[in-house]
Amino acid sequence: MTTETRADAPARSTTGTAGDGLDAARVSWSAAGRLILDGVDVAAPPGAVTGLLGPNGSGKSTLLRVLAGVQAPTDDGAAGSARAGARVDFAGADLLSLPRRRRARTLAFVEQEASTDLPVTVLDAVLLGRIPHRSLLAGDSADDRAAARGTLDVVGAAHLADREVTTLSGGERQRVHMARALAQEPALILLDEPTNHLDIAAQLDALRVLRSLAGRGVTVLAALHDLQLAAQHCDHVVLLSDGRVVAAGDVRDVLVPDVLDPVYGVRTEVLTHPRTGRPVLTFSPR
Amino acid sequence: MTTTARPVSPPGTSAATPAGRRGAAWWLPASVVVLVATVLVTVTVGPADLSVADVWRSIATHVGLGGALGLEPLDTLPDGMVWELRLPRVLTAAAVGAGLAVCGVVMQSLTRNPLADPYLLGLSSGASLGAVLVLVAGLTVLLPVAAFGGAVAALAAALGLAGAIGTITPTRTVLAGLAVSQLAAAATSFVIFWSATGDSYREILSWLMGSVAGATWTSVAITGVAVLVLGTLLASTGSILDAFTFGDTAAAALGVPVARVRWLLLVGVALLTGALVSQSGSIGFVGLILPHAVRLLTGARHRLLLPLSALCGASFLVWADTLARTVFAPREVPVGIVTAAIGAPVFALLLWRGRRIA
Repeated sequence: MTTETRADAPARSTTGTAGDGLDAARVSWSAAGRLILDGVDVAAPPGAVTGLLGPNGSGKSTLLRVLAGVQAPTDDGAAGSARAGARVDFAGADLLSLPRRRRARTLAFVEQEASTDLPVTVLDAVLLGRIPHRSLLAGDSADDRAAARGTLDVVGAAHLADREVTTLSGGERQRVHMARALAQEPALILLDEPTNHLDIAAQLDALRVLRSLAGRGVTVLAALHDLQLAAQHCDHVVLLSDGRVVAAGDVRDVLVPDVLDPVYGVRTEVLTHPRTGRPVLTFSPR
Repeated sequence: MTTTARPVSPPGTSAATPAGRRGAAWWLPASVVVLVATVLVTVTVGPADLSVADVWRSIATHVGLGGALGLEPLDTLPDGMVWELRLPRVLTAAAVGAGLAVCGVVMQSLTRNPLADPYLLGLSSGASLGAVLVLVAGLTVLLPVAAFGGAVAALAAALGLAGAIGTITPTRTVLAGLAVSQLAAAATSFVIFWSATGDSYREILSWLMGSVAGATWTSVAITGVAVLVLGTLLASTGSILDAFTFGDTAAAALGVPVARVRWLLLVGVALLTGALVSQSGSIGFVGLILPHAVRLLTGARHRLLLPLSALCGASFLVWADTLARTVFAPREVPVGIVTAAIGAPVFALLLWRGRRIA
């Protein structure tokens, strides 16, 4: 209901070119003199799932927050560069200079473990995603409610609509957050560890939803810490280490021992899945 | 494309009423009726020997219905008791109750803290300090001005402190308010301890507990205008406050300018609370309890919660004040004692019932 009516969805593409999709350059962020992101360049093609990988503290969450516009980039990165300003382009528009509400209609951000103590129903939580689409003084319309129910359907949570968010399991809550993001009708969705703390079935569910979104032409960029999941489900990956991009590209090119071993300090072996033909990773201590 | 395969909103289902939404359309008109009835009934209640008919006759005459209904005006003394004492007091209580409840909802949502109330930024302590200073100086006429000034000064100090630390996060707001509040309370205690004598003790205590006993038409005008202007502005921020349900980041991702909104709403709450406190002192528990009680009834959606809390807060404080002036008649107790006596057990009950609050 929500996504197929969108007129401005980028064309479905499996390869992705630099011209469309997400293309960010020179993203830096520092706090209290410590450089968390050091001039990161990152691209995510439309119609594909791009995984953002890296050890703990490598800057994945920070990068997503800056890309999502909830945290402003700082200018002190890209050492020595004459023009150090960050640029975040999406489908030809500069996301950082877009008005907030318009940005919220283009881009949705699913943060890690957003929670509430308030007695809100699932449907009401998803309806929050409609806020960028209506006047701040207006209540939700029948169309908004239909759209919210539509996105609950997409993530397979239609049966939860009347439950209170506080009573949901972790996997159910993650679906609701995704439905809320989808209710924004985004062409770009950023997710911070969408599989964290979920059991394996719920993890696969979440990734199935992301794959189906990509199938509709949405640009998906998800931070994941599970390399194995990334290997199975992502089209492209970007590997961060200490606030810099170490490698980026096709899963088969990046998830290889030469790249992973120095970053994670482990010994990696790459097998091939007998059925899917995708890489399967195993790790041992170095 | 799973969703194109079937009609998404067959007639009737999109307007379906899930739990919590049930009867939502009736809550507002019902609470308006309750408030009007509350005012009409409580204004007839009091220790003075006035009949219900006399009270309404007095009011009807004053609002210009006397001629149309062919009513005789009341004698001056009973008429004055109704028109100059009871009605302003009832209306002030209604305005104060409404304002405190709205401010309570906004504070709890902005700080994501179920214990937040309108006085969170040290407003009541600041107002108390201002009030006590003029009371011990014998300048009672300046009390509203001093109380308002104290509240605004406390707000400025709290926001300044919170802002000086960095971005105004919910936790910083609470902590800065606490610091200012404690300091102002210490100063108030010092002033009372140092210089209060005899009668001013009682006056100070009554003011500190919160009371609408001295309400005049001026109080009605000040609290009424403040509630109608600031209260309506605050009550129209439902969608914005909803966006904070999952925190600051989620709100920002929905296109809300989080920092600016928090500043504006905190200042709005502080000005409204300051205006109310200047007329009634700091009446506790209304802004804390009412939002929780109304949330239990209607869920957490602010577009309903805000106006409904205002209406319920108004009715609640009018009844509380009616108790305050009748239960121990001819003696009166400050209404703040009544709201605390009702509010504390109710709060304990809500807490005991669990998950809704904490």
